[in-house]
Amino acid sequence: MAQQIHLEVVTPSGAVVNEEVDIVNAPGYGGDFGVLANHAPFLSTIKIGLLTYEQGKDRHNLMISGGFSEVSNNKITFLVESAEFGKEINVDRAMKAKERAEKRLAQAAAQGDNFNQARAEAALQRALARIKAAKIA
Amino acid sequence: MPSLKDVQDKIVGVKKTAQITSAMNMVASAKLRGAQDKMEKFRPYADKFNEAMSNLSGGGNTDAFPLMEVRDVKNVEIVVITSDRGLCGSFNANIVKLANAKMREYEAEGKNVNFVCVGKKANQSLKKTGKVRTRFLDIMADFQMFNAREIAQDVATNFLNGSSDKVEVLYGHFQSVAVQRPVAQDMLPITPIEEEDGAAEKQEIGDYIYEPSTEEIMDVMQPLYLNVIIYNAMLQVGASEHAARMTAMDNATNACKDIVSDLTLVYNKARQAAVTGELMDIVGGAEALKG
Repeated sequence: MAQQIHLEVVTPSGAVVNEEVDIVNAPGYGGDFGVLANHAPFLSTIKIGLLTYEQGKDRHNLMISGGFSEVSNNKITFLVESAEFGKEINVDRAMKAKERAEKRLAQAAAQGDNFNQARAEAALQRALARIKAAKIA
Repeated sequence: MPSLKDVQDKIVGVKKTAQITSAMNMVASAKLRGAQDKMEKFRPYADKFNEAMSNLSGGGNTDAFPLMEVRDVKNVEIVVITSDRGLCGSFNANIVKLANAKMREYEAEGKNVNFVCVGKKANQSLKKTGKVRTRFLDIMADFQMFNAREIAQDVATNFLNGSSDKVEVLYGHFQSVAVQRPVAQDMLPITPIEEEDGAAEKQEIGDYIYEPSTEEIMDVMQPLYLNVIIYNAMLQVGASEHAARMTAMDNATNACKDIVSDLTLVYNKARQAAVTGELMDIVGGAEALKG
C-alpha cells in the first residue's frame, strides 16, 4: 500500500474527519491543490469550495467554507468554519439557498451596497459548493 | 394568628414553587452538559487557530494590518455578552456591574464609551445609559458560529471606519460549575499572540511554503480570529448561565424546604391550640352540666 497522509478537518463544532488518506484535493487561495504523503510544510488559506480525499478506491467529498490549512510532518489540517459531507447535504435546500442568494446579490448590486453584496456573494458560493458536493456524492 | 386554612394553603403554594425550581435545576443541569460539550468540541479548533496565529504574527510587522492598528483611544466599544434569560442568580448582574465600572473608568479618562449588547439581559440593564450602539438579542439559547461572525463583522466594521479605537469583550468566564467570573478581554486592535517556545519553533516555521504571502494569510485569518474570540465568549456565557441557574435553583429549592418546615411548625401549633381550645370548651360544658 502506498504511503498515506493524515487528514484532519476541524470546525468550531468538532472534528469532522480524522483519518489516514491517500490524497487530498482542496480549494486553495491560488486555485485547487493536491497533497500526497510527505508533502513539504505548507500553509494556505482556503476558499469556499469542495474538499475531496481518497482512501484506496473510496472517494469522499465535503463542502468546506473559508479557513486555512496547514501541512507538516505528514499531516494535513484544515481549520474551517464549516464542513459537510456531500452525502449529508440536502440538495433542495441548497438550491433554494442559491436562488435566495442570487436575488439578494442582484438587489445589493443594484443598490450599491458593498457589505451586503459581499455577504450574498459568500452565501451564493456556499450554496454552489454544497450543490457540487452533493451531486458528486 | 393565621387561620389553619391560610397556613395550609401557603404550605401547598411553597411546595409547588419548590417543584418548579427543582425541575428548573434539572433542566439547567442537562443544558449545562450540552453547553460544556459544545465548548469541548470547540477547543481543538481554538487551540489550533491560536497556534497558527502566533506562528504567523511572530515575524510580521503589525502596522500593515488595519485590524492591528493602534490608535489614540478616544472611542471605546465594549461588547457585553450575557444570557437572554434571567433566574440565574447574580450572573448577569455581575457582568453588567463590570460593564458599568469599565464605563466609568473610561469616562474618567475622558473617553467615549459605546456598548454592543449580546443577550437580552445586557440590553435591558444597559439601555438606560443611552450608549448602546447595537444589540443582538434572542440568540444565546441556540447560537452557531455564524451568529458570532455577524457580531464580529459588525464590530470590526465599526473599528475599521474609525468609530471605535479599542474594543473589549465582557463575558462570564466559566471557571467551574460553582464559579463563574465576569472577565474583560481585549479584542481590537488585535495584539500579536506571545510565542511560548521561542526561537526554536520559529526556525521550523521559516521552512513553510506560504500561499499566498504571510501578510495575505493574516488578512484572511484576522477576521476569523475575531469570530473565534466572540464565539468562545458566547460559549463561556452559555455554560456559565446554566451553571449559575443550577446553583440559584438549588438554593431556591432549599429555601422552599426551610419555609415549608417553618410553616409546618406554625400549622401544628395552631392546630394544637385549636384542639386544646375545643377540649376546654367540652370540659367546661361537662362541668357546667354536672353542677
